[in-house]
Amino acid sequence: MKLYCLSGHPTLPCNVLKFKSTTIMLDCGLDMTSTLNFLPLPLVQNPRLSNLPGWSLKDGNAFLDKELKECSGHVFVDSVPEFCLPETELIDLSTVDVILISNYHCMMALPYITEHTGFTGTVYATEPTVQIGRLLMEELVNFIERVPKAQSASLWKNKDTQRLLPSPLKDAVEVSTWRRCYTMQEVNSALSKIQLVGYSQKIELFGAVQVTPLSSGYALGSSNWIIQSHYEKVSYVSGSSLLTTHPQPMDQASLKNSDVLILTGLTQIPTANPDGMVGEFCSNLALTVRNGGNVLVPCYPSGVIYDLLECLYQYIDSAGLSSIPFYFISPVANSSLEFSQIFAEWLCHNKQTKVYLPEPPFPHAELIQTNKLKHYPSIHGDFSNDFRQPCVVFTGHPSLRFGDVVHFMELWGKSSLNTVIFTEPDFSYLEALAPYQPLAMKCIYCPIDTRLNFIQVSKLLKEVQPLHVVCPEQYTQPPPAQSHRVDLMIDCQPPAMSYRRAEVLALPFRRRYEKIEIMPELADSLVPMEIKPGISLATVSAVLHTKDNKHVLQPPPRPAQPTGGKKRKRPSDDIPDCKVLKPLLSGSIPVEQFVQTLEKHGFSDIKVEDTAKGHIVLLQEAETLIQIEEDSTHIICDNDEVLRVRLRDLVLKFLQKF
Amino acid sequence: MLFGESGPLGGAAWTAPTVRSGWLQGLRSLAQHPGALRFLADCGAVDTIFSLQGDSSLFVASAAGQLLVHILALAMRGPAEGHPSPQGCDWPACAQKIVCHVEDSLRSTATLQVTQALNVLTTTFGHCHSPWTQGLWVRLSPLVACLLEKDPIPASHSLVDLLLSVARSPVGSSDCGLWETLAQTLSHLSPTQAGPLALGILKLQDCPQALKTQAFGVLLQPLACVLKAAAQAPGPPGFPEGATGDSITVDTFLSSKSACVGLLCQALAHLELLQLLPQRPSPWPQAPLLRAAVAILRFCHGSAAPTSDVGGHLCAVLAGCVRVQRAALDFLGTLSQGTGPQELVTQVFAVLLEYLTSPDSSPMVLKKAFQATLRWLLGSPKAPSCCDLDPHTQLFLGELLPVLRKRLCSPCWEARDSGLEFLTQVTRHWGGQAAFRHALLASEVPELTGQLLRDPESYVRASAVTATGQLSSWGLYATPTGPEHPEVQQESLFTELLHILSTDSEGFPRRAVMHVFTQWLKDGHADVAEDLEQFVARVLQAASQDLDWEVRAQGLELALVFLEQLLGQPGSRCPYAVALPEAAPPATLAQVLQALCRVQLFEFALRALFDCDRPVAQKSCDLLLFLKAKATPCGGPQEAGASPDVVSVEAALQRWQAGEQGQPLGELEPEAVMAVLRSMDLEGLRGMLAKSSDHMEKSPQSLLQDMLATVGVLGENEADCY
Repeated sequence: MKLYCLSGHPTLPCNVLKFKSTTIMLDCGLDMTSTLNFLPLPLVQNPRLSNLPGWSLKDGNAFLDKELKECSGHVFVDSVPEFCLPETELIDLSTVDVILISNYHCMMALPYITEHTGFTGTVYATEPTVQIGRLLMEELVNFIERVPKAQSASLWKNKDTQRLLPSPLKDAVEVSTWRRCYTMQEVNSALSKIQLVGYSQKIELFGAVQVTPLSSGYALGSSNWIIQSHYEKVSYVSGSSLLTTHPQPMDQASLKNSDVLILTGLTQIPTANPDGMVGEFCSNLALTVRNGGNVLVPCYPSGVIYDLLECLYQYIDSAGLSSIPFYFISPVANSSLEFSQIFAEWLCHNKQTKVYLPEPPFPHAELIQTNKLKHYPSIHGDFSNDFRQPCVVFTGHPSLRFGDVVHFMELWGKSSLNTVIFTEPDFSYLEALAPYQPLAMKCIYCPIDTRLNFIQVSKLLKEVQPLHVVCPEQYTQPPPAQSHRVDLMIDCQPPAMSYRRAEVLALPFRRRYEKIEIMPELADSLVPMEIKPGISLATVSAVLHTKDNKHVLQPPPRPAQPTGGKKRKRPSDDIPDCKVLKPLLSGSIPVEQFVQTLEKHGFSDIKVEDTAKGHIVLLQEAETLIQIEEDSTHIICDNDEVLRVRLRDLVLKFLQKF
Repeated sequence: MLFGESGPLGGAAWTAPTVRSGWLQGLRSLAQHPGALRFLADCGAVDTIFSLQGDSSLFVASAAGQLLVHILALAMRGPAEGHPSPQGCDWPACAQKIVCHVEDSLRSTATLQVTQALNVLTTTFGHCHSPWTQGLWVRLSPLVACLLEKDPIPASHSLVDLLLSVARSPVGSSDCGLWETLAQTLSHLSPTQAGPLALGILKLQDCPQALKTQAFGVLLQPLACVLKAAAQAPGPPGFPEGATGDSITVDTFLSSKSACVGLLCQALAHLELLQLLPQRPSPWPQAPLLRAAVAILRFCHGSAAPTSDVGGHLCAVLAGCVRVQRAALDFLGTLSQGTGPQELVTQVFAVLLEYLTSPDSSPMVLKKAFQATLRWLLGSPKAPSCCDLDPHTQLFLGELLPVLRKRLCSPCWEARDSGLEFLTQVTRHWGGQAAFRHALLASEVPELTGQLLRDPESYVRASAVTATGQLSSWGLYATPTGPEHPEVQQESLFTELLHILSTDSEGFPRRAVMHVFTQWLKDGHADVAEDLEQFVARVLQAASQDLDWEVRAQGLELALVFLEQLLGQPGSRCPYAVALPEAAPPATLAQVLQALCRVQLFEFALRALFDCDRPVAQKSCDLLLFLKAKATPCGGPQEAGASPDVVSVEAALQRWQAGEQGQPLGELEPEAVMAVLRSMDLEGLRGMLAKSSDHMEKSPQSLLQDMLATVGVLGENEADCY
């Protein structure tokens, strides 16, 4: 069993598991942090960004000045943003049989895999994952396509050139594999390969393996996966949460008794407690608005935003903010808010029960009804008519490189009354802000990551007790900035096996058993013999037939009828001929008793020697050796067949025959 | 009938714990005279008590132990009042039996039996201080010493209790061997078990200095360990000798999270208690203790960067541990009573600010952090040159107020509540300090406080009422005009609070309003002084209709303050007290009574007199008695029932007493009121009200009625009962 690790990002995993005869891709995450190296794509003409000076080497060579621009002391690539794909060279991706998706954040690389690698298999995911994943992809494509940029930069990617660039461009990895965003056609084609599944549904793969999604508690429709055969079980835990937020709670019990547990997608901010961060978010929001400032919240169109809106729903009245407008701007804002209300079966119990009242499960419906929350596909159109300040704006993209957020950063960045509050943990907020510096607006970092932290992981592992844990290497050591925090790493016994990008891991467990079916007629013919209470044995002679990973024992073909046989066999002798088989022996020979028996039968002068594997009984007078080992017994005597048979019979007395 | 197998022991009722408990209580009432001992010994009751020591019901088991002590003391009281011999040959048989039982139990290998014996002895030495206890200790101390040699020491908690009980009794002061036993026990017990013993020793009035030093060392050890683990480099001198974190303490720290947390919390709690005692060790290691508290808080917060292995382990174990954070913040707060080097005090304020700022601080931790900050702020020295705050404190305030502002906006109501409580306390102490006033007015805090009067959480509204009341007393509150309600006309805080008093659905905010109003009346608040009678009348009217008895009681409190201001203090004034300059001489009684009638104080008080809640009625009774006492010498010798008004008032009162409170009293004349007061038996009423609500059930009369009721079934022989 092997694990091919195609992504180095612990929360955006992409691994391929070879298990029995199947090749299973686990998640398809797209690392978008690469976009931080690019200049933002402004929605409206922006003189500041379009007149940036080109960057030139120290020796004055300016051949890169079209591609690289200097902005606020940093160097950015002036081109369409590009993403860092999962490794495509490590394994032939056309051989992947299935792709299992655990949540909508972990499927963003799907079009690259299904459309460009010869992939012919099936993708499995839950319905909310597909629907919301589609929204995320649609938003991404929309953000990038609506601001067409003719220029595509490639010179800087040359290895020799890259070395000369300043950080962080110099240290960017695998730049040659970075790709532009996919198109909507590719998205549609990729999504058409998805087959929908429900929690606890068992899906047979080629008769060899069964895969089952389980609720992981992190997002709408998010799942962990069980991959099992009859005797082996691999659990894939990715992006799980034990907190009470909107999704169905995590199913932990089904993860028990795993041989291997692959653990990815833990919280990216292990020191920040989501509750505290929500508090921080609300307080800062209220303080800014009270002073007449605007609040900008760069966010994804689905996920934590639902919880934030719910918190604000309860909070705005107590904080006296009921007259402040909340705007949610995204090409998919409407669909996201509507979708969240219709996936009742994927929600936590509280929200499920609301549906029967009937009430919308999320209170943002009421915020919309009362006009406190308004949503728009973009800043153009209706929004510009309704726009009123001070206000709170939720919009993408959290990287601050494309989407409507770029406009608000330019609009509000110059006033210290305004605040930008970062809630998504995927991007370093300082790097995200780099091209906007110097910035007068206040920046608050309240990353809300509800995924498992290390304390919860340690409890989970104690609970489910996997034999082996496999995880990204980042989880096996404390965070580099807090090297003394040994509590911020996975602590388990045996120690977790770690992987990094482009590594192939041989998973530490051997397959020992395989399930075989016995045909009824063959089973009928067996004659079990009880060798100890509760355990019976029978000898079987049969033909092993293997097809589609199913193994069946069939009765052996009948021997050709002896020509002109005079003696016809009785019907009961229809089974394979047992006479030719020697009886099978079992048991062990207790040396002391054996020696006593020998003495009883007239042998004297017996000597016993211990050897590495057993004992040697020496009959000195008869010049005979009896060599007793765990799995064999030899009687060595000098051409005295009578003596040998006598001794053999004595040995056999201690063994069971059948 | 009451003893033995054929008695209660064999009965089905004996299985009920209440029956066994009642049996023991009965026996205790019986065993009041030495003569009873013989009876008890003869009927085998003592053996039954022995067996009840291990009863499944803790109440029964504990009562059995106490009864044994009682019987032992009773037995020894009679013939052996002098100094009985330790061997016990001259001890009464009953005492002999009990002591032998205790001895057997002490020798037992079962921990439960040892615990029972130790508990009996602890009670004995705690309650009996007669000379015979000396003999008892001489006889039993070798057996107790044997327990110390076992590993592990059985029933260590009870053993510690016993040793401390002996040490506190007269036996302790005369027995030198006891100090050695205590010293030995301290070194034998594990750090967690030794903590309570060490604290007990340090509380003793007279014990050898060496033992005290050893005990103090035990308490300090965990903190010494923390200091050592946190040290980046050899730092300043730490704790005194004997408190350098020894290997056993380190082992406890490393053994498990719960052991480490338990030991630290215990040490912090013990040292906190000790710090407050007059007999605390001297010199008190204030600086190392401060350093240790700061280090613990940093470990818990994850902001420490230790280099040692133990430090790394502590960091992992303590990160985010709320229990230790609470204990350490409490301890740090207590340490504010002492001083410390400026550099350390700066660290204390820094760590407190870290906790107040951190979004990860749990609501309880935040509350404790606010409390500790308050204590440190109030304890900080004033600048020598003027009476204003010193520059360090001013600097800290500058950082603190934005944090407070943010906490007042928190979506977590507990955070808002603790913030308001803190604000109230700081303002109470510093409302007059120019630097504080300046900083507070420059922050948004007063406006936010005003906004919290409309908070959805009633506790927060209550705290906001108290806080705005306090701010307003110091002239630090301006009615907010929020951006969302520009149309609302500015109204005074009094109107707003009165609105809360009459409309808030929860009791806490209404009670808080009453407290604020009472305080304002006492302080002569500007809003109140404007029209005193109008203020009192409106408040009393609102309070009289309140469903919450505490609000009504507080209304009476306010009425009393008003009366005092008009008539002077109640009770006899201390003749040597410095007389406060009075603004105006007390008005004449007639004027006062007129004023009281105008504000309808009488109606309020008389109505309260028949309140269904006893404290309200009591308060009202006191108030009317005070008024009666003040008024009588001045009033004329008028006859009760002279004017027709009195009749109608009395009729109304009777209806009120009967529970018909709806009837208004109407306009009252001062004379009629005084006449009613004179005619009422207020002293008698006060006596009635002072009795507890179950005085009827417990009275002999009630017992007699019960007996009569029982006997009444059998026949008419009432006379026999007398």
